[in-house]
Amino acid sequence: MTTPAPAETLDLAARFPGAVSADTRPGYTGWIVTPEKLLEFAQFVRDELGYDYLVNLCAVDYLPENRMEVVYNVFKTTGGPGLTFKTWAPRTDPIEIPSVISIWPGADFQEREAWDLYGVKFIGHPDLRRILMWEGFEGHPMRKDWQEAFYDEDVKPFKRRWPDGKHVYAEKRAVYGDNINFKPGFDPEKWTPTDPEEALYKSLKKYKSETTDGIETDHIIVNMGPQHPSTHGVFRAVVVLDGETVVSLKPVMGYLHRNHEKIGERNTWLQNMPYTDRLDYFNSMTNNWGYALAVEKLMGIPVAERAEYIRVIMAELSRIQNHLILIGMLLNDLGAYFTPALYAFEERELILDVFEAVSGSRMMCNYFRFGGVVRDIDEDSLRKIKDLVFDRLPRKIEEFDRLLTENEIIVSRLKGVAPLTAEEAIAYSMAGPMLRASGVPYDIRRADPYGIYDRFDFDVAVRYNGDMYDRYLIRVDEMHQSIRILQQAVKSIPEGPIASQKPSYTTKVPPGESYGRVEGPKGELGFYLVSTGKPNPWRYHVRTPSFVNLTALEKMCIGTKIADFVAILGAVDIVLGELDR
Amino acid sequence: MKDEDLRDLNLPNYEIPPELTGQLAITTLDRIYNFGRRSSLWPMMFGLACCAIEMICAQAGRYDMARFGMEVMRPSPRQSDVMIVAGTVTKKMVPAIIRLYNQMPEPKYVVAMGACASGGGPFKEGYNVVAGIDKFLPVDVYIPGCPPTPQALIHGMILLQQKIDRQSIKHVRWYDGKKEDAVAVPVPYLGPDLIDPRRIPEIKAKAAELAAQEQQIAPQQA
Ligand code: SF4
Repeated sequence: MTTPAPAETLDLAARFPGAVSADTRPGYTGWIVTPEKLLEFAQFVRDELGYDYLVNLCAVDYLPENRMEVVYNVFKTTGGPGLTFKTWAPRTDPIEIPSVISIWPGADFQEREAWDLYGVKFIGHPDLRRILMWEGFEGHPMRKDWQEAFYDEDVKPFKRRWPDGKHVYAEKRAVYGDNINFKPGFDPEKWTPTDPEEALYKSLKKYKSETTDGIETDHIIVNMGPQHPSTHGVFRAVVVLDGETVVSLKPVMGYLHRNHEKIGERNTWLQNMPYTDRLDYFNSMTNNWGYALAVEKLMGIPVAERAEYIRVIMAELSRIQNHLILIGMLLNDLGAYFTPALYAFEERELILDVFEAVSGSRMMCNYFRFGGVVRDIDEDSLRKIKDLVFDRLPRKIEEFDRLLTENEIIVSRLKGVAPLTAEEAIAYSMAGPMLRASGVPYDIRRADPYGIYDRFDFDVAVRYNGDMYDRYLIRVDEMHQSIRILQQAVKSIPEGPIASQKPSYTTKVPPGESYGRVEGPKGELGFYLVSTGKPNPWRYHVRTPSFVNLTALEKMCIGTKIADFVAILGAVDIVLGELDR
Repeated sequence: MKDEDLRDLNLPNYEIPPELTGQLAITTLDRIYNFGRRSSLWPMMFGLACCAIEMICAQAGRYDMARFGMEVMRPSPRQSDVMIVAGTVTKKMVPAIIRLYNQMPEPKYVVAMGACASGGGPFKEGYNVVAGIDKFLPVDVYIPGCPPTPQALIHGMILLQQKIDRQSIKHVRWYDGKKEDAVAVPVPYLGPDLIDPRRIPEIKAKAAELAAQEQQIAPQQA
């Protein structure tokens, strides 16, 4: 492969005459590809230009222009800025777009999501089922002309409620008196239920084992979840077992799909900030940052200097408590019932105290604003943070390390289990610690820096075996690095204003698109936003690490024992709030 | 048993001979029955969303619900006394929740933890969200907050204990053979939207009415 020219100077339109054109809408970047040439283009982008890492794939419904667009954000795992390209089809059913799963297998779940919520049919996708809603649900709910039962108005603030503050219960206004909607003439008695599970079970590969010594062995299907103590929430996995060995597995999600994006597109820009808290509810600070970053990119505003430091401090504290909990819970999954987790929660409480002091809430911080943060850190909190990062946390992380890392059971349960090679990890669009444990030193804080991370001295943690043990170790490494960053940040935090903008409820966002990405504790958290210049986002898409990282779950689990599946899932570090959104 | 505990239990205030104090309590059946139940509430290990994290915090060292006898989380509904609905109830999940509830043996209680479980919370308008678990289950205690702090959860559980204290064997539903069916909630199922079996006639009538309206409009347009 020759060193590719930077994409900005590269004229892809000339390379694919008639099929590719630059996206010239104001505020947009990248290329528009015709669906016919999409695969050829994608292949070229991956193999010739080196954009091997598909990060985000989502659909956008441009109802007034009658077009359904699919957006792809690709990056190079060697670092640097990304490339955006889009393809589109008219909004008349069926909307057909070729699937890029053969080029980037990591597109799997993201394409299924676009099918589920937008009804974009990806030709060539081997298993295009609904993913968040259930099979048999009426309609594709994210489309702009689809209205929910409690529909009020297209966008907030709803005039009916404001300014005189009259409130009518949504139940009173809804046609069926509840959050349900049926077609006119629907008869629940005559309706024949289509089994929502049928397609799922069909998609599982049911290998029939051979008959040995006249004994016919068959496989059994085990449903784990959605209510299962080890699935970290309402996640469900359907596992096909041969004895105790996993031969096939399908994750089933959507049990916590609470329509983040649909609600987000009705909200005003600022109203979305508290909603982002509830994505990955362990790390509301990093979620805030991702969203703030994407909107700041659109608005083109700077961030106040002191706020930049506060942001780094909060995000890294958040990372440490996330990793502590992850390790505690992973040990839970391995059978060390709750002792390590209790230690982890002890430290987490101290960090939550800081969050509560600065933001007013332990978990749902709602702390960032466009251009800064909402409140300053007082001296007392800063002292608390200093105590934590110079004394308590390093000691405690050391203690965890001493207690667990060499532990015989941990080593034998984790070493060599469920490995993922670097190539596989990239192909499946794995992000964050999962990617770095497989030997790819890709950390957005270095590869595509945001905030002021370029001012700090820290190493990108990387491990090379890609097995469970490395996935554990990388978290310990990352906590050490976070401590390093924190120590530098609290020493050098300047005085000054904490926001570059005046606080205001309305936000003027010029038309255009932006993709903001941060290195969350669980991996890349991205926000793809489209603004039409109105007080509300036209498109609000969240690319969450928990969701995309699960694409490789089946690959990792096949051939392992069922007891290991629990631990493998634990080490991916999913949180249902952002998995299902 | 400690003296204080006995004093607490010994409400009818019968004189106990001095040589037997500390070993004997005279009480009502209701009181001893409720004392046992309220002091060992076993919640189901069952978290739905963000609120569940605060529930875990309430279990962990700092808040330590064990002090009130509420810490034995059971992964199986068969062994649980109280279902803490901690998080957003979605349409996809609600059949499973109802099934779990039906599998819990009596006496059973439901605590709606947080804004979502109580009434839909910030996600109420969502197309996949059930606006409050009380649309399906009888809720004993509502705990406000988003998320409620661990203290709030403990407070809610103490309120539940107080509720249990006031119950009487004579009136509780689970010893009344006749009311057996009253406790099994019909499980909703997933059709084009969530269908609550109890509301089928109502849905049918409304859908027919809508169809009739549509028919009326259509000829006028034509
Ligand atoms: S009430 Fe708030 S914290 Fe609790 S589940 Fe709902 S959104 Fe999450």
